[in-house]
Amino acid sequence: MSEFRRRATNHAFTVLSGAAILAVLIPLASVFWLVVSRGALGLSWEFFTHRPTPVGEPGGGVGPALVGTLYMVAIACLFGLPVGIGAGVYLAERGDGRVGGAVRFTAEVLSGVPSIVVGIVAYGLIVMRMRRFSALAGGVALALLMVPTLARTTEELVRLVPRSLREAALALGVPEWRASLQVILRTALSGIVTAVLLSIARAAGETAPLLFTSLNNQYWNLRPDQPTASLTVQIFNYAISPYEDWHQKAWSAALVLLLLVGTLNLLARYLTRSSMAKGR
Amino acid sequence: MLPSAETTTPPGSVEAPSPQGSSTRAPGDRIWGFTLAVLGGTILVVAGLVVIELFGVSRPLGKTISPLAFLTGQNWDPTTNSFGALPFIYGTVVTSVLSMVIAVPLSVGMAVFLVEMAPSWLRPIVSFLVETLAAIPSVVFGLWGLFVLVPWLRSGVEPFLGKTLGFLPLFQGPPVGLGYLAAGVILAVMTLPTISSVSVEVLKTVPQPLREAAFGLGATRWEAIRMAVLPYARKGILGGAILGLGRALGETMAVTMVIGNAPDIRASLFAPGYTLPAVIANEFAEATGAVHVAALAGLGLVLFGLTLVLNALARVLIQAVARGPKRAHA
Repeated sequence: MSEFRRRATNHAFTVLSGAAILAVLIPLASVFWLVVSRGALGLSWEFFTHRPTPVGEPGGGVGPALVGTLYMVAIACLFGLPVGIGAGVYLAERGDGRVGGAVRFTAEVLSGVPSIVVGIVAYGLIVMRMRRFSALAGGVALALLMVPTLARTTEELVRLVPRSLREAALALGVPEWRASLQVILRTALSGIVTAVLLSIARAAGETAPLLFTSLNNQYWNLRPDQPTASLTVQIFNYAISPYEDWHQKAWSAALVLLLLVGTLNLLARYLTRSSMAKGR
Repeated sequence: MLPSAETTTPPGSVEAPSPQGSSTRAPGDRIWGFTLAVLGGTILVVAGLVVIELFGVSRPLGKTISPLAFLTGQNWDPTTNSFGALPFIYGTVVTSVLSMVIAVPLSVGMAVFLVEMAPSWLRPIVSFLVETLAAIPSVVFGLWGLFVLVPWLRSGVEPFLGKTLGFLPLFQGPPVGLGYLAAGVILAVMTLPTISSVSVEVLKTVPQPLREAAFGLGATRWEAIRMAVLPYARKGILGGAILGLGRALGETMAVTMVIGNAPDIRASLFAPGYTLPAVIANEFAEATGAVHVAALAGLGLVLFGLTLVLNALARVLIQAVARGPKRAHA
């Protein structure tokens, strides 16, 4: 009897823990199915290229929002990539001391700060001083989110480069800075590019830090000191509105966002795989 | 709080030629070292800015209300300058804890299945799916929650729970759909990738002899997992759960769209509520004055403090497991 019970318990828990995979599968399939099936209904060339229209007016799209997202991500890269990658290289090459440990711990703590809090920081830093919402503030908020994760990933990638490579370069009389830049960083480059793509994808999907930094804009804008639309804020505004017409647009905009984020992720994945194949 | 394992050089690595202090080096080396130090130092500057700006923006609040009254106040009404943070703190805690109740067993179950039972070809497929789930932007989860999850909870799950478990105060009241339950479920879906991937990593570090010893004593697979594997991995899994909890506390958009936006304290999970990130997201851009903005930034400060403590705790726990059992007790 007890033997039977033990076996039955064993089987029951095997089935239960296997079933837990459904907890990933069902939401994932449901989200994808709905975004694709509902979103596709509203997609057209116009949707990518036109300004949003008022409720009830046919046509209109998310052109300014799409451009705004790309624009602010570009601003974020401008500030975030050098600092994030540089700090990562610092951690890998000079980070074994006390200060390095403090920097590493700070980066880890920063990567856990909620994005909405980072939004408040960018608000205080830029919006309050410039006295207006702006693309610059949104971009800086995104950069602040990028830096800690990028630094930690870069550190790990640089540390993966075999020590013998650096030693070989130094033995040939190459100065240390050239060994770092031309041997170590070049070896780690494809990994770093992957990390950059993933952090860009994450930044493009952020909403909370943009709500009160870049705000929104119904018009095309490429000035860094003006409020700017973004895909994510546009989806949020459309979704919480009471209008059926805008709900449809929210799904279509979500499809555009998923396509953007998905492309970046697949590209990153492809790069990792091809560089791994080369390494072998 | 500084983890000591991070600051010491790993024993295997060769001592690098020290770049500091030697005057015979090429000038390029000194410039390179200086540049790296500046970029690394920027991380510390950023952390300083975060703290300074949060206190800076929330400063006008200090003149209106004492910190204690702010934290314990139950009334939030910006039009009368009445700012109490308690309903938001309550909502944040309830939704996050609820999400852990749902997500932790599922994540651990999934991790156990993948590491201990599943055929090896299944692992990369599931980890791809988990990564994909983690890559979905939170506003898309919110959209899905608002138009798919909430109607389902309102018409299916909540009436069912009310009928079967309605004797508990947690499951009483009208099924609204928007509320604590919806937020908890969506947070569970969103934290699942974090907790399960940490759990998988931790389970992989469990030494094989532990399992073999259990099998050798005649244990079934489940008994080996329960008596040998899980006790070893417990701290690390707890760390993963706390990391997920930190994510849940700070998650904004998906929660904002399904929580119902009511600054009340209710016992029922069916009732609409409010969370710290949600009220900041909804009111900040249209705040009525400097004190209102300051009060919202004050809520941000509370949130920042909560996540800081949780994240530090999670890192310490995960590192304790990574370092191995001997030093974990030190």
